[in-house]
Amino acid sequence: MNKVRKAIEEKGSEVLNVYFTAGHPTVDKIVDIMQSLQENGVDLIELGLPYSDPLADGLAIQKSSEIALKNGLNLNILFEILKQSKNDLATPVIMMGYYNQMLQYGDEKFLDKAAAAGVSGFIIPDLPMNQYESQYLDKFKERDLSMSFLISPMTEGDRIRQADRLSDGFVYMVSQSSITGKTGEISDQQIQYFNRVKDMELESPRLIGFGIHDHNSFKTASAYADGAIVGSAFIRTLENGFSKEKVSSFIQSIRG
Amino acid sequence: MKYRNPDEQGFYGEFGGAYIPEMLYANVENLRRVYQDILDDPTFLKQYHDLLRDYVGRPSPLYYAKNLSTKYNTNIYLKREDLNHTGAHKINNTIGQILIAQRLGKKRIIAETGAGQHGVATATVCALMGLDCVVYMGAVDIERQAPNVARMKMMGATVVPAESGSKTLKDATNEAIRDWINNAEDTHYIIGSAIGPHPYPDMVTKLQAVVSEEIAKQIFEKTGKDYPDYVVACVGGGSNAAGAFYYFLEDERVKLILAEAAGKGIDSGHSAATSILGKKGVIHGCMTLLMQDEFGQIEEPYSLSAGLDYPGIGPMHAHLITTKRAKVYAATDDEAMQAVYELSKIEGIIPALETAHALAIIPRIGAKPDDNVVISLSGRGDKDLTTFMNYIPN
Ligand SMILES: Cc1ncc(COP(=O)(O)O)c(C=O)c1O
Repeated sequence: MNKVRKAIEEKGSEVLNVYFTAGHPTVDKIVDIMQSLQENGVDLIELGLPYSDPLADGLAIQKSSEIALKNGLNLNILFEILKQSKNDLATPVIMMGYYNQMLQYGDEKFLDKAAAAGVSGFIIPDLPMNQYESQYLDKFKERDLSMSFLISPMTEGDRIRQADRLSDGFVYMVSQSSITGKTGEISDQQIQYFNRVKDMELESPRLIGFGIHDHNSFKTASAYADGAIVGSAFIRTLENGFSKEKVSSFIQSIRG
Repeated sequence: MKYRNPDEQGFYGEFGGAYIPEMLYANVENLRRVYQDILDDPTFLKQYHDLLRDYVGRPSPLYYAKNLSTKYNTNIYLKREDLNHTGAHKINNTIGQILIAQRLGKKRIIAETGAGQHGVATATVCALMGLDCVVYMGAVDIERQAPNVARMKMMGATVVPAESGSKTLKDATNEAIRDWINNAEDTHYIIGSAIGPHPYPDMVTKLQAVVSEEIAKQIFEKTGKDYPDYVVACVGGGSNAAGAFYYFLEDERVKLILAEAAGKGIDSGHSAATSILGKKGVIHGCMTLLMQDEFGQIEEPYSLSAGLDYPGIGPMHAHLITTKRAKVYAATDDEAMQAVYELSKIEGIIPALETAHALAIIPRIGAKPDDNVVISLSGRGDKDLTTFMNYIPN
């Protein structure tokens, strides 16, 4: 079993996956941020690869990506940083990036370097499931890299089953039809969707992301799934710079 | 049919497909399931062609440009899309898509625009059909195409500036896609060029195909030959080229020529010559040629013309270029400007700055005295007057 699935199963419930954009606020704090997340008991770390055109992302992630790219972060630098620090990090790291980033880097080289850098899995929101299955699934398995596919409230049943079958990390439930970074309360309609998917009794664990930004939304999401993913809210916390205290008080505010 | 139709997954050779986040899947898939049936439906076709005739003013003339022909020692015909209602080819597509949106039961329309021609064409059909309209436009383009912004607003559209990246067409497209993710249920996204995830490139191409259908008839009436030797079109995303080429794609007697924007020069670092500077990759949901760095970060293109500074190109065009069915030339800002002034002076037609790129390459395509060359005169230059007046010739 890959590290991502194992971490989720061992935790059992209220799994907390925290996203941040690699290189924001600065490149030299990537490792510090990851270690602080680990020290504060975060279960999974989702490392965003900053992209010039992040289609599915709201302002917080767009801005952080722009800053990270201005800071000079690229995949060569990131893989090197991760490789050097991997022995100090037990928490599984998942990379989230757009397909074009993997494609241009050279897909095999990308996966080799990620595996060598201790990365445990990927989320690539614009890689079609069919193409993943025919072209990449074996390559991921050979390197013990997990994949997690997204579903949304508009995803139909048979497609949810396909995402379940192909996700050996977790099924990433996008909480609502929206881009990242919303801060509203979770609605009844969303809860109906959470329940509908829960009742399908999927093989894979489910984590709910997009719009999970505080203790309430984390608790609610965790009640209907195995845990939740926090991204934009954490990025906003780091906007004026990293400190260990900020990370620990943020994680406490989420976990409660 | 090697070139005309994509396969079931939307691929033209190695280009096309649908690389989209899951939040868009249901909408795009729904469109994919129904678009071909709608395009073939007699009721749709009647509504579409009636509106093209009575509202847009089609067929647009094919005009023998005598003075230009004399100057370049060949026979040049201008396909007058500039005479369409709203002043460009863009409205052929928006008329079709608004009818499709109505059938899908959508209440709200969004669009991206560069030069503002597609934005205006979208605002127009929304006013006509009484649908809400939001147009995303790069903040830089809002500045340089002010008359079109005013027109959109007069017709009741909301124009939202895109402030990210280079604040031009690519960024407006990103914002429109984000809007669509946020409003998936009630909104239809009218993409303005032959780009985006399948089925958009094919759908837009088929809605623009009326242009070449008319050219085929008109060239026969005028020359007694049922095909032109050349069809030349400028290319941003590729919709006017797709329309002008469509009926000739499988006819190898017809040479297909694309004019890209070289900006300040192909190697100047300020260019939008996508097929020359681009590599295969994914932009706005499709696999195509695009300008990007070694890490797949999309580069910010430059052209003086707001409708050609797109870092990608339609997947059909990428296929036509890489298989050598179409040939590409690039024209600089200066060359395009000279072409604007030339056509204005010798034919009394002020073309759009985008269109002028197609005119600028005429001397280079190798047309002989007996050849018939059709140029897609994709739009008129009214929107560009400030740019023309501020231009200082080099
Ligand atoms: C007059 C005119 N021609 C050409 C274009 C380029 O678009 P496309 O390549 O889709 O024809 C535009 C775009 O705004 C335009 O306004």
